[in-house]
Amino acid sequence: MIKRLLPYLFALVSGSAIAAAPAVPLMESGANIFDKASLQRGAALYFNYCGACHSLQYMRYNRMARDLGLSEQQVMDNLNFTGAKFGDTIHAAMPAGIGIDQVGGEDWFGKAPPDLSLTARVRGTDWIFSYLMSFYPDPNRPSGWNNTVFKDASMPNVLWDRQGIQMPRAAAGEGEGGHAGAPQFDLVKPGSRTPDQFRQDARDISAFLEYVGEPAALERRAYGIWVLLYLLLFTGVAWLLKQEYWKDVH
Amino acid sequence: MAGERTTTETGVLGWIDQRFPVVDFWNKHAGRYWTPKNFNFWYYFGVLSGVVLVNQLVTGIWLTMHYKPSAAEAFSSVEYIMRDVEWGWLIRYMHSTGASFFFIVVYLHMWRALLYGSYQKPRELVWIIGMLIFLVLMAEAFMGYVLPWGQMSFWGAQVIVSLFGAIPVIGTGLVEWIQGDYLPSDATINRFFALHVVALPLVLLGLVVLHIGALHEVGSNNPDGVDIKKKKDANGKPLDGIAFHPYFTVKDTFGTGVFLMLFAFVIFFEPTFGHLFLEYDNFAPADPLVTPEHIKPVWYFTPYYAMLRAIPDKLLGVMVMGAAVLIPFLLPWLDRSPVRSIRYRGPITKLALAIFAVAFVILGYLGLQSGSELQKLVAQICTAIYFLFFLLMPVYTKIDSVKPVPDRVTMHD
Repeated sequence: MIKRLLPYLFALVSGSAIAAAPAVPLMESGANIFDKASLQRGAALYFNYCGACHSLQYMRYNRMARDLGLSEQQVMDNLNFTGAKFGDTIHAAMPAGIGIDQVGGEDWFGKAPPDLSLTARVRGTDWIFSYLMSFYPDPNRPSGWNNTVFKDASMPNVLWDRQGIQMPRAAAGEGEGGHAGAPQFDLVKPGSRTPDQFRQDARDISAFLEYVGEPAALERRAYGIWVLLYLLLFTGVAWLLKQEYWKDVH
Repeated sequence: MAGERTTTETGVLGWIDQRFPVVDFWNKHAGRYWTPKNFNFWYYFGVLSGVVLVNQLVTGIWLTMHYKPSAAEAFSSVEYIMRDVEWGWLIRYMHSTGASFFFIVVYLHMWRALLYGSYQKPRELVWIIGMLIFLVLMAEAFMGYVLPWGQMSFWGAQVIVSLFGAIPVIGTGLVEWIQGDYLPSDATINRFFALHVVALPLVLLGLVVLHIGALHEVGSNNPDGVDIKKKKDANGKPLDGIAFHPYFTVKDTFGTGVFLMLFAFVIFFEPTFGHLFLEYDNFAPADPLVTPEHIKPVWYFTPYYAMLRAIPDKLLGVMVMGAAVLIPFLLPWLDRSPVRSIRYRGPITKLALAIFAVAFVILGYLGLQSGSELQKLVAQICTAIYFLFFLLMPVYTKIDSVKPVPDRVTMHD
């Protein structure tokens, strides 16, 4: 009886596991928000490659400087390209609309580039990493690029000069393969960075965006250890007190 | 002096006691509230519900100092709390984690009542008031979840409020009346805020006072389900009863410490709790034009949500879900067993309780899933088990064997 039911039970659990998982297999980012150098490199890459189009509307320059161990001078000279004040939130360098025709991101890409403050919290850090790693040329797309993680994304591969150009190994007509594991790519034209170096670039940007998604994550664990230690002491004393009072209960 | 109360107390306490029965009150509810000495693990969850309630009230008050109840500002104001308000992230995580922990402790508290027959005579009112608290808590949690105005806030509200639309004739009008609009909107968030921070907490506090008042009138049950008031000493103190204070205040202090460690661990180290307490989709601002792939309520509603989805017809599904929430009200009259505690009940009741618990947990799991055909079938079976547990109770509790109940509590568990 149990043997006959087992396959069904398995189907029940595994089927749901697939349903609960993201629609595309993701790569492990290996991002670490406690690696300050990684966050700093990620910030530098972000402001040079992403920040022109994407805002971080809930993040402030001064908070970022404090958390990343950067001075006001460093941030204002090297990361702030919008003329914003040090205490301001981070807007995209690209204005919403420019010129007489008020042309903006929506006109250039078909969709306004989204704010990235909370992308790591909505999609996860691994998603960002996988997305950055998964661009390939596609002549059928207006931007000339497509992405295996986010199919028909409006965004071109802005990091191509670093990454080079890669093609998915499963050839042009990649079907809806049910195989687990992210698709493999072949580098057809090297960029300014080696594959390992570029992997680190993508990891740094992912770590930076994870930090931006929840700046408090940098400090809450450190407080948490002290809170738990205090509670452990408190609970221990409470236990001794309880034992003392309950001596006369039989 | 006319109308002055007599008191043996002196000083400030005597002054107060002449005007207000503070000593009587203390003795009735703490100093001489005779509590069974054989309380076990399951008896912590009552006091812990109170601890979480206080946590929710205090952190909630501080959140309202910074939160903006409008469709345009709500989402940003929550991020403002998370980033720019000093300790805002802690206050917010204490509140969001507290919501889930509230249901954890309340579900375990209710499970305790099932185990030891705490709803049986003479504690029917304690149970009914407790069930009312559960209902209000569900409404409170639902409206609170809408306030951050993320995608799941919006679409969760849309789905839950639209359930009222299944009611014939008045349904559509009722939905618009609740929302104040055709969709969840600025009007909805504003009124849900009013209900969440003022109306429902007032009702909740009133019910909690009644719940404890009703309990202290009849006295606490215990894991043996014996009536400790039957055996008293010469002073009228139950032989198996000990004063709530200091014995249980000190024991509950210890239990609260253990609880707070678990609570703090989640707050500081895993505030989303694997995206179960705070879901991925709710970090994206509400967008009426983009429907999330899976709309599902937070975990504490998923057993009922799974029942709703298991029924193919919408109106019938809503009725089944409503019945599932309401049927435990009848528990004191469905249980025909002459004994209270599971310890002295027969094998049928024990089995029924075990199957019921498993079915409820499976329903909770299924409610989080996307709902394949197989999952729907399992949900239907579990829904049937859920209802049969209650509907057949008058039969199986009556025919089931019972063990002799001791005169006094067994101290060793």
